[in-house]
Amino acid sequence: MRYQFQFEAVFAEADRILNGVLLTIGLSFGAIVLGLALAVLLVAAKSLFGRWVGMLVDAYVELMRNTPFLVQLFMMFFGLPLIGIRMSGTEAALLAMTLNLGAYATEIIRAGVDSIHRSQIEAGLSLAMTKRQVFQYVVLMPALARVWPALSSQFVLMLLASSICSFISVPELSGTAAIIEQNTFRSFETYIVVTLIYLALALSLKVSLLWLGRRIFPRLSSLDRLDAKAEAA
Amino acid sequence: MPAVLIEDVHKSYGSLEVLKGVSLAVEPGQVVALIGRSGSGKSTLLRCINGLEAFQSGRIEVAGHAVDQDQKRLRELRKDVGIVFQSYNLFPHLTVGQNIMLSPRITKNVPQAEALALAKDVLAQVGLSDKFDSYPDNLSGGQQQRVAIARSLAMKPKVMLFDEVTSALDPELTGEVLLVMEKLARDGMTMLLVTHEMNFARTVANTTVFMHQGKIWESGSSAQLFAEPQTPELRNFVGAGRH
Repeated sequence: MRYQFQFEAVFAEADRILNGVLLTIGLSFGAIVLGLALAVLLVAAKSLFGRWVGMLVDAYVELMRNTPFLVQLFMMFFGLPLIGIRMSGTEAALLAMTLNLGAYATEIIRAGVDSIHRSQIEAGLSLAMTKRQVFQYVVLMPALARVWPALSSQFVLMLLASSICSFISVPELSGTAAIIEQNTFRSFETYIVVTLIYLALALSLKVSLLWLGRRIFPRLSSLDRLDAKAEAA
Repeated sequence: MPAVLIEDVHKSYGSLEVLKGVSLAVEPGQVVALIGRSGSGKSTLLRCINGLEAFQSGRIEVAGHAVDQDQKRLRELRKDVGIVFQSYNLFPHLTVGQNIMLSPRITKNVPQAEALALAKDVLAQVGLSDKFDSYPDNLSGGQQQRVAIARSLAMKPKVMLFDEVTSALDPELTGEVLLVMEKLARDGMTMLLVTHEMNFARTVANTTVFMHQGKIWESGSSAQLFAEPQTPELRNFVGAGRH
């Protein structure tokens, strides 16, 4: 028995697929920008304010990292309307993705901040900077540079996890695939196309982030060398 | 009024007492060298002066500021008191120029153009005018340390603290850093330096203070202190460095 591949039916839905791809890109881009901003703010709050703020941040991080993304998504979409917060599926998806990514990014950036040598902070304080200024001008960029590879792979994971948003009928790439599959009954072809598109998106994102990292952190590779020198001194 | 006044300062880490009642006065324009073995408390004393370390009892006043752990008062103090560290501690993600301009810009609101002129001026003072746009990791250790001194000078300090600033450098590079410090001393900067460079202490410092077991064991004019050490501990210490 030989399976007859028929891609024509899938290709006929090219417009729909393109819209799905754009929504996947849009959701991922939005979650990356918002999640990163959220994480930087939370790490700053944790480093600058007292224990209670730190514990609140920890609680949020642990909550998001130890519950399934699907459940978080359902909470936003089905739970929040019950207390009066109404959102479209796409809005709920963006919120869930941002909060989820924000938690993982917080943990990664915190590790980066912890890796900055105490002597850098002392140098900043000795130059009459406030703790906030030391965080903003001395610690943050080297910390981000150091964890950029880890952040990048977390971003790619989020792009792939956005497929879960099809569960609340968000017409991103996976949601679109489900519709096309129902219309054409060509499951195998549909998911071959979708797989290749995800692969291309993920690899493009990875390469873009690598390029972006080199642009934003031109001293990226030299940081650890410098640290080793300071350590030896 | 002394530029630095230290009165009966005690400091402990838990049950380990590292400063056991230290008193010292440094007049404006004076250069004071702190010498002694590792663990004698000299670096700790220096770090107490700009509030990087807290102390339990006693009093320190520097450039008219009393040292306590109030962050706002400490910042005002640190605008007048520079410190240079053994490990340079330049900011690796900023160019030499940015390293120098950062703090005047954000802590004193010095306008950009003025900060630029200031940075060029202090870089010229340490002989590194051509390194304005370099990154720290492209400089030698000696050059990095001179940039660190320039960065400190850009704050226009009244007192400068030097914490073993040549200990990480090989002899060749040590010379260029000491030369910069010697010039600063000649220009009348009040300086307190923890150092292992006995020659430098002898020739540049007016006063040398020998610390031992958390106390000032012996102090006096550098020439005399090195020529006629009074205590066996100092004789031992100076002798050990001389072979």
